[in-house]
Amino acid sequence: MRLAEAWRVAWDALRANRMRSALTMLGVVIGVASVVLLVAIGTGTKQRVEQQVEGLGSNLLLVVPGRLDMGSAPALSPLTLQDVDAVGRVVGDPNRVAVTVASGATVRAGNREDFTTVQGVLETTPTVFARELGRGRYLTRADVDTGRRVAVLGDAVARSLFPDREAVGQQINVAGVRFRVIGVFTPLGQSLGVDRDDEVHVPVTAAQRLYGTQRVDAIAVKAPDRERIDELGDRIVAELNGRHPGTEFSAVTQEQILGVLGDILGILTGVLAAIAGISLLVGGVGVSNIMLVSVRERTREIGLRKAVGARPRDIGVQFLLEAVLLTSVGGLTGMALGVGGALLVAALSPIPAAVTWWSLALAFGVSAAVGIVFGVVPAQRAGRLDPVVALRAE
Amino acid sequence: MSRGPAIEAFDVSRTYELDGVSVPALRGVSLTVGAGDYVALIGPSGSGKSTLMHLLGGLDRPSGGRLVIGGREVGSLSAPELARLRNETIGFVFQAFHLLPRTSAVDNVALPLVYRGVGARQRRERAAAMLGRVGLGHRLHHRPNQLSGGEQQRVAIARALVTDPTVLLADEPTGNLDSTTGAAVLELLERLNVESGVALVMVTHDAEVAARARRRIAMRDGVVVADSAADGGAGT
Repeated sequence: MRLAEAWRVAWDALRANRMRSALTMLGVVIGVASVVLLVAIGTGTKQRVEQQVEGLGSNLLLVVPGRLDMGSAPALSPLTLQDVDAVGRVVGDPNRVAVTVASGATVRAGNREDFTTVQGVLETTPTVFARELGRGRYLTRADVDTGRRVAVLGDAVARSLFPDREAVGQQINVAGVRFRVIGVFTPLGQSLGVDRDDEVHVPVTAAQRLYGTQRVDAIAVKAPDRERIDELGDRIVAELNGRHPGTEFSAVTQEQILGVLGDILGILTGVLAAIAGISLLVGGVGVSNIMLVSVRERTREIGLRKAVGARPRDIGVQFLLEAVLLTSVGGLTGMALGVGGALLVAALSPIPAAVTWWSLALAFGVSAAVGIVFGVVPAQRAGRLDPVVALRAE
Repeated sequence: MSRGPAIEAFDVSRTYELDGVSVPALRGVSLTVGAGDYVALIGPSGSGKSTLMHLLGGLDRPSGGRLVIGGREVGSLSAPELARLRNETIGFVFQAFHLLPRTSAVDNVALPLVYRGVGARQRRERAAAMLGRVGLGHRLHHRPNQLSGGEQQRVAIARALVTDPTVLLADEPTGNLDSTTGAAVLELLERLNVESGVALVMVTHDAEVAARARRRIAMRDGVVVADSAADGGAGT
């Protein structure tokens, strides 16, 4: 009953000073809204990256020369197509092995040109990486074996070079060598800021001749099952180490890539939330300030309540509730704004935003906690007021 | 009204510390307020009558001596216990009314019952009944700023009595009212004193008002200089 009265009094006090209450809440509103929005952006980005890494294909194992350390320079690859065959034997199925030898190159068609990534690959690429063709056909074993000058274009390249014509069947010129377009990929969109449709696939043999090399950059393996993927990676690395003494190789799974990316994006989200949290803190200081004003203004009321039997605790709880009400209403408003902002960002910009329940719960919990933390000092001050002094106040 | 004394003070003193200097406001006051008494507390400014009033009402603790309110030793009570004692045994009426703004008369009167833990419905019933007794049964939902000064003081009196206290402490209750309204408020207090047997202790500057009390206590420089009860008047 006393608590019900305290809620009512707190609510009345906030309504009596609408403008002041609203301005005080604004600090909390902005803080909570920015926490919700920034966490939503961080989470959305993380989810999208995870989807894209998973979208590469399942049970993928990437074999690259060098150690897998953040920041270590990529080593020059000693891998050749003979190594690829050896890896195929370790895996037991050459169709599960893909390679790439990639370089940037200018591709021309008529008077149009596009600078893009030209990848030398095996005919196994669509199987290993789960790529789909929109039109035409992909490379065949025969194309690879004979080094035929045929090319499959990413959607962006096709649209850039042949904006008003069907690309399949046309000729393109890669670094002075003519290739015939035999297929176009279905669009994939952006991934980690890279346009994945901005690429050209040619037979690895043709690419090696183009770049004047016998090497391949990396090998990708689609493991038969998830359980033994690490063991398979170890066997492949052992085989390659045997073939190239003095060079280290690493086999990376999607989980490992996801783990590394997840850590980075998790830190990013945390930093964003912390920055937003600072504004929430500033909002809390505003609440504390206004509560001290409120206590001072209502000193005589406090004195009277004490005279008629209010205990110090009753008065303290009343003012604490007022502070918590202030920040909670601000918190709810901020949550609504944050969710609305996140939906707007997701709808109107390329930045992904995903609102999570935990961020809402956290934001609301924190705003209520801010009310308690920043309301305690004013509430204690009110509770401890000497009734004789309080009643005499002007 | 044979319930024994409502308040007993034995050699009570009160000293304030101001910037490290001890300022005595009361220096050894002994008196007894009996159940149903009607006492006027008079004296010039600074005589210590307000300080005594605060002590008698349990708003403050004595620096020395013994003060017993409703049978309980004030010096030994914690702040919450003292709050409860005020709630149960004392009613206050102030010169400046001290009503809560933006709050209806009935809710103002019900306020002490909130701190007694009485349910909302019963609070309103008791408050409305008490407002009827002070002649404001038709003003239950008016706010203080919609009431005249005399009406506001009646609301304050109803608030002081809604808990059925044993002592009503009135600090210059007519000080902010014109003489006609003041007289009516005084009559109300006297009627309630007789009807409900609540002891009435009133601080006043006004000699005419003081003359109406059954007992007069005069103070000067922190001590009682005259007590009509000690001269063979009413009281213990």
